[in-house]
Amino acid sequence: MSDKVPITLKINGCAHAISVEPRRTLADAIREDCGQTGTHIGCEHGVCGACTVIVDGAPMRSCLMFAVQADGKNIRTVEGLADGDTLHPMQQAFMDNHALQCGFCTPGFLMLAIGVLEREPDMSDDDLLDVLSSNLCRCTGYQNIVKAVRAAAKEMRK
Amino acid sequence: MSVATKGSGLTWVGRAIRRLEDPALLTGRGRFTADLPAAHWVRFVRSPAAAGKIERIVAPDDALVVTAADLADVKPITPMLHKFEYRPVGQPILADGEVRFVGEAVAAVVAASEEEAEDIADAVELSLADAIPIIDARDALAPGARQIHPSAPGNVILQSRIVTPEFERIWKTAHKTVAFDIRSRRQNATPMEPRAAHAAFDFATGRITLTCTTQMPHLTRTAIADVLGMPERDLRVIAPDVGGGFGQKMSLAPEYVLLVWLARKHQSCFAWTEDRRENLIASFHARDQSIALQGAFDANAKLLALKADIVSNVGAYSCFPTTCGVEPLMAIAELPGPYDFCAYDCRARGVLTNTCTMAPYRGVSRPIITFALERLMDKAARAFAIEPAEIRRRNLISKFPYKSAAGLTFDEASYQETLRIAREATDLPGFRKRQAQGRAQGRYLGIGFATFSERTGYGSPAFAARGMEITPGWETVVLSVDPSGFVEARIGSSPHGQGLRTTLAQIVADQLGITPDRVKVVHGDTDRAPYGWGTFASRSLVICGGATLMAAQKVRAKLLKLASHMLEAAPDDIVLEDGEAKVAGTDRTIPIAKLARESYTQTYRFGGIEPGISETGTYDPPGTFSNACHVAEVEVDIETGRTTVTRYLVAEDAGRIINPMIADGQVHGGVAQGIGNALFEEIVYDENGAPLTATLSDYLTPTAREIPQIELHHLETPSTESLTKAKGLGEGGGIGAPAAVINAINDALSDFGVEIDEMPATPQCIRAALRKAETKA
Repeated sequence: MSDKVPITLKINGCAHAISVEPRRTLADAIREDCGQTGTHIGCEHGVCGACTVIVDGAPMRSCLMFAVQADGKNIRTVEGLADGDTLHPMQQAFMDNHALQCGFCTPGFLMLAIGVLEREPDMSDDDLLDVLSSNLCRCTGYQNIVKAVRAAAKEMRK
Repeated sequence: MSVATKGSGLTWVGRAIRRLEDPALLTGRGRFTADLPAAHWVRFVRSPAAAGKIERIVAPDDALVVTAADLADVKPITPMLHKFEYRPVGQPILADGEVRFVGEAVAAVVAASEEEAEDIADAVELSLADAIPIIDARDALAPGARQIHPSAPGNVILQSRIVTPEFERIWKTAHKTVAFDIRSRRQNATPMEPRAAHAAFDFATGRITLTCTTQMPHLTRTAIADVLGMPERDLRVIAPDVGGGFGQKMSLAPEYVLLVWLARKHQSCFAWTEDRRENLIASFHARDQSIALQGAFDANAKLLALKADIVSNVGAYSCFPTTCGVEPLMAIAELPGPYDFCAYDCRARGVLTNTCTMAPYRGVSRPIITFALERLMDKAARAFAIEPAEIRRRNLISKFPYKSAAGLTFDEASYQETLRIAREATDLPGFRKRQAQGRAQGRYLGIGFATFSERTGYGSPAFAARGMEITPGWETVVLSVDPSGFVEARIGSSPHGQGLRTTLAQIVADQLGITPDRVKVVHGDTDRAPYGWGTFASRSLVICGGATLMAAQKVRAKLLKLASHMLEAAPDDIVLEDGEAKVAGTDRTIPIAKLARESYTQTYRFGGIEPGISETGTYDPPGTFSNACHVAEVEVDIETGRTTVTRYLVAEDAGRIINPMIADGQVHGGVAQGIGNALFEEIVYDENGAPLTATLSDYLTPTAREIPQIELHHLETPSTESLTKAKGLGEGGGIGAPAAVINAINDALSDFGVEIDEMPATPQCIRAALRKAETKA
C-alpha cells in the first residue's frame, strides 16, 4: 500500500479536496470520496462504459483513469445535468422515449452522448450509432437509446 | 399528466404514459446497493481449481479471515424437490473441505476498505490437492465417472420421463422422421449491475438490515434466517434499485448469507460488491444443455410424435429456491411448444459437473427448446420441400383450450394469426428473390422463423407440480389511501427495471378515478411490503397486477360507500373520476381526498364503516400463454463466419397491454439478449475447468451496432386466466430470437449443406461447419 496524495476534484463546479491512494480510480474517488454515487461501476475494465463521465469536455471511462490524473480537471457527472427540476434535453429524451429500464447503465450513456454531441453537434446518425456502441445496456436492446439520442441531438442543435 | 386527461373519459390502462421511475434514475438519484457506505469491506478468496480437497488456508497475521471452520453452526443451502428422483445436495456458505468449481468462495476477508481487503485476499495462501475435474455433462454421465456429490450417484441430480400412451404405435405410422442433436452452450445473464450486499446491525433493536441485489427480498429473508437459525423478524431485507437481474438475482447467493453472519457476529456493518470477473465465473450460469431430438411426420408434414433426450449441465450445486430442476423440468414440460400432436416420449436429466452453478436466466430452457423445435420444423420443411412458414401453419394449434402432449393447458392465443401477420410483413416471395440475387453475387442472405408460446403468470399449482418444497405463486397487494388522499400500493413483487411502479399505478388510477402520479408503489423492503415472491418468470404484471386490481376494486367500493353517506346518494349512482366522487347527472361532488381524510378523522359520521382505507388483494392464477412469431433476416459472410442481423420482426400477443411503451421495451430487450445468446455469448471453460471468458471483452454481449431496428406487431387476445386480461411478456423476446436467427443462418448457408445446430452460432462455429462441408465435398 502506498501513501495517500492530496488532490482536488472539481465535480459539477464544486471542488472536493480529498486524499487518495495513487491507485484509486477516478470512479471510486467520485463515488466514495466525493459521495457522488450517480456514476456507476459495471465492469472496471473499460468495456461497459457505465462509469463514463466528462473530463475537461471529453467523455472518459472513469474506471480507466486514476483519480490523481484528474487532479484539478473539470469533471461532469450525471448529477450535474439537470437545471433544478428542468431536465437536460438528453435526460428528457431518455424519459420521453423509454430509453432506460433498470437505469444502471443510464448515467454512462447520458454522459457519453452529451460529451460527444457537445463536441460534434452535427454527427451523422450512423456515426452516433458507432459512438453508442461503446457502452453496454442489457435491458433496452438499444432501440430507444438510439432513438432518444437522435431526438436529443436535434434538440441540442437548436 | 392530470390536465391532459381531465374529463377525457380515457382509461389509463392501455396508454403509453412516461414512467414514474425515471426522474430519479435519470438524475443520478437512484439508490443501488453499492452506493451505501460501510464500516467494513468483504472480499472473497475464490478457488483457482475446479475440483480438489482443501489442505490448508493460511491467512496473514492479524487479518480477519473467515473460513468454513468458523461457520460450524451455519447450515448449507439445500434446496429441495420432492419428485423426479431428486438427490438433495448441500452448498456450504464457504467451501468446506472440498472445492467443486473455479470461483467457489473458500474464505472471506474483512478490511476497512475494498482495496485493503483485496490486498489481504491476495496474500491468503490456499493449498489444494487438485482432483481431475469434470466439465462436460457427457463426461459426468460416463460409467465410472468420479462422483461430485456423495448423495448423487452417477452425477444425476434429477430425472424425469414422460411417455404418452401408444407412443410406439403412433411413431411407426410416420411417413418421414427427422433426427438430430442440438447443443446450447453455457451463458451468463450479465445484468449491468454486478451483485452486491450490505448488512448492518442495529444496536437499538438487535436487528440486521440486509440491502442486496435480489429479485425476491422476502424469500431471501426466509432462506437466510433458515440457514443461520435466526428469527426472521430480526432480519430486514431491502432490494433498493436493482440494476437488472434476468433471473440471476433470483437465486440465493451464499455471499449474502455470509454478510448477515458477519453483521450478527461482529455487530457492525459489512459490504461486498462483486467485480465483473466474479459475476462471470462465480454468480450463476445458465443454458448449458443438449437435446437429442427426433420428430415423426405424416405425409402432409404434420407432426405426429416427438422423441427427446434432454441433458442439462447444472453445475456444481443446486440453486435456491427453484433447484437446478428449473432447466430440465421446464424443458420436458414445454418442449412440445404450440404444436398440435399427441405422442411424446421425453427424458430429461440434470447432471452435476465441476462448473459454476446453473440458475434461471430469462426464458429458462425455452430459448433452447424453442431452438430445438424450430430447427426440427425447418429441417422437416426442407425434407418435404415446403416453406418454413407453411410447415408451421400446418402444425400450430388453433383450438382452445388445448391440452399439450406434456399435459399443459393452453388458453386462447393467436398462434396462426401472428404467423400470418409475420408472413405478410416479411414479403417472403420478395425475400427469396433478393436471396437468389445475393447468391449470384456471393452474398448469403437467409430468413428464419420461430413460432412459440411463453407460459407466464403461473401461480402455485404450477410450481407444486414440480414438487418444489418452496412453492411460489401468489402475490399480495395492500392498497391504502392515506388521510391526505394519496395512495400507496405495497406489493410483494420486486421490480428491477420492468416499470411496475408505473403500470400498477395505471391499474389503480382507473379504479379510483385519480391520476397515476398520486399512486406510490412500495416494493423491495420486507418491513414495508407484504410477503410475496418477487419478480421473475414473467409473472409480476399478471399476478401482482391482478392482486392490485382486486385491492383497488375493494378500495373503490369503500370510497363509494363513504361517498354515499356524504352525498346522500346510492353507491350505484356515484362515479369516481378526476379525483372526485360525483353523483351522476348532478353537480354534487366531493373530492376523494376529503373522503379519505374523513374516513380517518370523522369515523362517527359513517355508521359503523371500519375506519381508514386499506384493502388487501391476493391472487394466485393458473397461468396463461403469450405467443409470438419472430422473423430474422441475416447475411452471413462465408469467409469470416460473421453474421449480421439485417432485419428483425416480432408479431406478438401478450393479451391486454397495460402500457404499450413499456411492453415494447420488454420485447426489445428480450430480442437483443436473444440475438446475443444466438451469436456471441458463451462461457468457455478449458479442460481443467478454468473459465476463459472472465471479462466483458471475452464474454460478448451485443452492442447497439449488432441489434437492428426491431419491428413490432401487436395482437391483443385478452386472457381469460388473468384478472387484468394481461399476459406476461418479459421473456418472449429472448425465447424466440436464437431460433429465428440460427434458422436464418441455416437458410443462408443451405447451398453448402451445413447444419448449424448449436447456439451461439459464433463465427468459429460457422466457419467450422463450412470447413467440414468443404472437406466432405
